[in-house]
Amino acid sequence: MKYIIAVIQPDRLDEVLKRLTEKEIHLVTVSNVVGRGRQKGIAEVYRGHKEQGSLLRKVQIEIAVNEAFVEPAIKAIIDGARTGQIGDGKIFVLDLPECIRIRTGEKGNEAIG
Amino acid sequence: MKKILVSTILILLSAGTAFCDTAAPAPSDTPAAAVAAPAPKVDTGDTSWVLISAALVMLMTPGLAFFYGGLVRRKNMLSVLMQCLMILCLISLQWVLFGYSLSFGPDHRSLIGGLDWSFLKNVGLAPNADYAPTIPHQLFMMFQMMFAVITPALILGAFAERMKFSAFCVFMLLWATVVYDPVAHWVWGVGGFIRNWGALDFAGGTVVHINAGMTALAAAIVLGRRQGYPNGISPPHNLPFAVLGAALLWFGWFGFNAGSALGAGGLAVSAFTATHIAAATAGIAWATLDWLKHKKPTTLGLITGMVAGLVAITPASGFVTPMGAIWIGIGAGVIPWFAVTHFKNLLGYDDTLDAFGVHGVGGIWGAIATGIFATKTVNPAGADGLLYGNPALLWIQVKAVIITVVYSFVVGIVLLKAVDIVMKLRVTEHEERVGLDLTQHREAAYTIID
Repeated sequence: MKYIIAVIQPDRLDEVLKRLTEKEIHLVTVSNVVGRGRQKGIAEVYRGHKEQGSLLRKVQIEIAVNEAFVEPAIKAIIDGARTGQIGDGKIFVLDLPECIRIRTGEKGNEAIG
Repeated sequence: MKKILVSTILILLSAGTAFCDTAAPAPSDTPAAAVAAPAPKVDTGDTSWVLISAALVMLMTPGLAFFYGGLVRRKNMLSVLMQCLMILCLISLQWVLFGYSLSFGPDHRSLIGGLDWSFLKNVGLAPNADYAPTIPHQLFMMFQMMFAVITPALILGAFAERMKFSAFCVFMLLWATVVYDPVAHWVWGVGGFIRNWGALDFAGGTVVHINAGMTALAAAIVLGRRQGYPNGISPPHNLPFAVLGAALLWFGWFGFNAGSALGAGGLAVSAFTATHIAAATAGIAWATLDWLKHKKPTTLGLITGMVAGLVAITPASGFVTPMGAIWIGIGAGVIPWFAVTHFKNLLGYDDTLDAFGVHGVGGIWGAIATGIFATKTVNPAGADGLLYGNPALLWIQVKAVIITVVYSFVVGIVLLKAVDIVMKLRVTEHEERVGLDLTQHREAAYTIID
């Protein structure tokens, strides 16, 4: 099991969700975040809006997946979020030791899907 | 942008001189008409009430900004507030420079006012016997200015979340000049042809609501749907703001309708009552339909119904009894409800905030209902409607509606297309996704971290 965290441009969210759905990945958590990347938050690019000092507005997507879905998920996120400009974001893939569905008590691979 | 400004100014100037040419030989006939009437004298009570009313109607535009603003997505909140307040500034100036004169100035061929009153020439502190014999002429001008301001602001509900700000400013200035000012002259100006028919429009059913509503429909069609419409659009981002805005609209509407009596007397009270009753009835009617159809009454439904009721009672407010107002309120809850929940989905146009559904459809119902429920017992200067034995009035009202609907829709489309060809109406797809606040104004309404 892997835990995928992607930080993307807010305006790419709809497209990323669409691509994920096409790969049958429906379970995601989405939040508004602010942060800074390699450009150190300096809003030179037109899209980067300078606000709250040096922090830029982004959207964070979190997805827990079984091994078979890791590559499709990464591909969906890249296809949906990539524009080729600075600030497209990053994807982090973490090992996920455990996952439990609260309602049934199921654990591991069964609990993820 | 500079180029656009210069060319706009040039166009306006050349239009201005064209009007001057035709205006010069025709002598003003107002002094002759005033001779028979007793010399007009300013009444302090009337003046107080209309002063307050003008301020109340002014508050409706910021109220509308919050009503509309609460209903859009977070990323477009400021763009809606900005557009409403920009209209307040822009049209106020247009009005004193030449708009008021085009609407109410000495008549030319029953179609348009002359430029005799441009730059507020001849609009002083003495009353004008034709329009309001007991208040200063300049106050009548200011009161009417607030109507000229809010009418184009109503339209923006149809194209919210996707129109370029520069194109918006140019379009609104053109629309006020080419659509609002002539229609106001036809219906309210001395000599205007719809006024000469005897059509009744107490506070702006045709001039304000049908006029704005039809151009709103034109705008929804010309600009096209938002990306993701209808299923991929997030719900209203702040309903409490929409409720606040609707409440301010209701409050301001007392100035709109009761102020249109242009005096502090019985007629103002009657219009005040009718306005309140119709809003209350329509709110209940809309919420009830929501309740029956969707199992729950919604806040958005209730406030939309309230506004629809206020829209519908506007032309009738000075001519109907409180019971007449109840019937108009019921119609205003039911007919726009069908327009918004069924008609819109059937035709598939994206009228973002239902400017057509509420103001266009509600306005048409109100104008026609005036022909049904009007009675001289409320206002001897009015006329009797269908229910009081005079079907002729209903026909006159229908004719006034048809003229306004066609003119506003057709000229609306032409103006939108023209601006589109010159400077593109719509933001790019990317800008639409990012939101108009950031891309048009470089600001965000809300921060994420304190």
